[in-house]
Amino acid sequence: MKDELIIGGKVLQNRLFVGTGKYADHKEMKEAIQASSSEVVTVALRRVNVEANEEDILSDIPENITLMPNTSGARNAEEAIRIARLSKACGMGNWIKIEVISDHKYLLPDNDETTKATEVLSKEGFVVLPYMSPDLMAAKRMKDAGAAAIMPLGAPIGSNKGIRMKEMIQIMVDEMDLPIIVDAGIGKPSEAAEAMEMGADAVLVNTAIATAADPIQMAKAFDYAVKAGRIGYLSGLGPVSTKANASSPLTGFLG
Amino acid sequence: MTFYNKFVEVKDLPFHDMFQAVTPLDVERVLGKERLTEQDYFVLLSPAAENYLEQMAQKAHKLTVQHFGKTMQLYLPLYLSDHCVNICKYCSFSLDNDFPRRRLTMEEIDRESKVIADMGIKHIILLSGESKLHSSIDYLKESLKVLKKYFSSIAIEIQPLDQDEYGELFKHGIDGLTVYQEVYNEVIYRDIHVKGPKKDFRYRLDTPERGAKAGMRSLNIGALLGMDDWRKESYITGLHASYLQNKFLETEVGVSFPRMRPHAGSFQPKVNVTDKNLVQALLAIRLFLPRSGINISTRETPEFREALLPLGVTKMSAASSTVVGGYSEPDVTQSQFEISDDRSVEEIKNLLKSKGYQPVLKDWELV
Repeated sequence: MKDELIIGGKVLQNRLFVGTGKYADHKEMKEAIQASSSEVVTVALRRVNVEANEEDILSDIPENITLMPNTSGARNAEEAIRIARLSKACGMGNWIKIEVISDHKYLLPDNDETTKATEVLSKEGFVVLPYMSPDLMAAKRMKDAGAAAIMPLGAPIGSNKGIRMKEMIQIMVDEMDLPIIVDAGIGKPSEAAEAMEMGADAVLVNTAIATAADPIQMAKAFDYAVKAGRIGYLSGLGPVSTKANASSPLTGFLG
Repeated sequence: MTFYNKFVEVKDLPFHDMFQAVTPLDVERVLGKERLTEQDYFVLLSPAAENYLEQMAQKAHKLTVQHFGKTMQLYLPLYLSDHCVNICKYCSFSLDNDFPRRRLTMEEIDRESKVIADMGIKHIILLSGESKLHSSIDYLKESLKVLKKYFSSIAIEIQPLDQDEYGELFKHGIDGLTVYQEVYNEVIYRDIHVKGPKKDFRYRLDTPERGAKAGMRSLNIGALLGMDDWRKESYITGLHASYLQNKFLETEVGVSFPRMRPHAGSFQPKVNVTDKNLVQALLAIRLFLPRSGINISTRETPEFREALLPLGVTKMSAASSTVVGGYSEPDVTQSQFEISDDRSVEEIKNLLKSKGYQPVLKDWELV
């Protein structure tokens, strides 16, 4: 059986999503995206030059990749909705990653405003992927509002701290029947593998690749890590035992 | 409550003695921490921390790349008017300075915008002398109709306004507010601002808060270094920025480090702030506020600006003209201050690329 991830009717083979920010130049970004084998790339609409010119970011995103524009910079649902509509009007497709940040100190997402924007935009036909603080009830509300997948943060964005929200994300993975994509906080390939071993459907990585000394090699490393973690999950991880098995069992007489 | 209440608590502290009392051990302890308190920030501004600039720089560089990536945002100032009602000892727009004043017409704004937009710039900051008559809300609203055709983010640095006036401008497309306190010492403040509404220290101090309440997306503050002890000035600037960030979580708070250099005019800076001092101030604020935008002025020389790039800077201007009408009519000469770095946008872009930075010309879209 093929292991495919389906979001918004699109069939994806690769479970690593990547970003486009923080690169030293567009050439490096393009090569890193190619090296990652990603099929989905997120791009901040606010960085896109709406009147296209040759230096624009969109011209350096490899073809055959699904664009997932994001609403970075939005401080409330209303701004996110306006950005999403603009992105569609610019021909960037109907996928939208909702990012509503009303906290400039830690850049934590606002789940309530995100849910509001999800509801409006999914009704307008967008494939909505909300970025959120891991919380099962909020995720359920986002699903009811029409989300196509849920993107909980592993740790504060750009922090490279790994899956600090592990328990909450595990609960979401176990309880939600929507794809869970761990977004933000993943600093090392091993942490991407960890998320996949937990059963996450995909991960999104930007800072760890873009700010690596060699982003292209790092992109490759993340590709392998995500694949390894996924295979590990699918093959059924062995149970973790906390103590050694006694060689003279006490209940052996029961046969 | 406003920042003034906080300011009153700290303004008369024995800063000199407190800075001298900081030990190398204090500095090392702070350098080992992840989140810095106001006290930690104070430690990093001390003379003792001067021996740790390299360690501070390494940490500042790492944090900046982590949060902002290998990018640098470029913007340009656009001077609308040099009419000013204040008499200020250090500024060439001062009312008592005799020169033919000028305010751009809508046609002239269009011409200036075109020149700036042709350089690829999408973010600008509008500047004017302080005059409610000349840089009035109506005039600004009229200007915005023209400017919005060319730019995707427009900030202002004009006379302080009331909250409802900021609200009005925000509605019409202004999304950022820059207002420098100039000096966080009330006595010196009153001395250098001789006459005019700018004399009101507190109204100016509370200006960023009025802007944030009115919805501004970004605030930018700073002290004109050279007017008083730079360690104390930097400390209070940092407290001000931190206060604003905590109070207005949804607003992006940035800090600038304009430095008054000794120059040919009659007013001389009261304190000589060396390159080393400026670097320490910049590093300390980066470590204290890892996500704040830091802007470095064209007052500084090309060599020094280049050296500062990796130390925490996130925004810079290029090809700046500090003259009303200066982009489309390069012969006009009455500038607000002398710029030291007059390289073109193309030159700055190439410089950034050679240093491994992506010049970002657009980082917001007026929607």
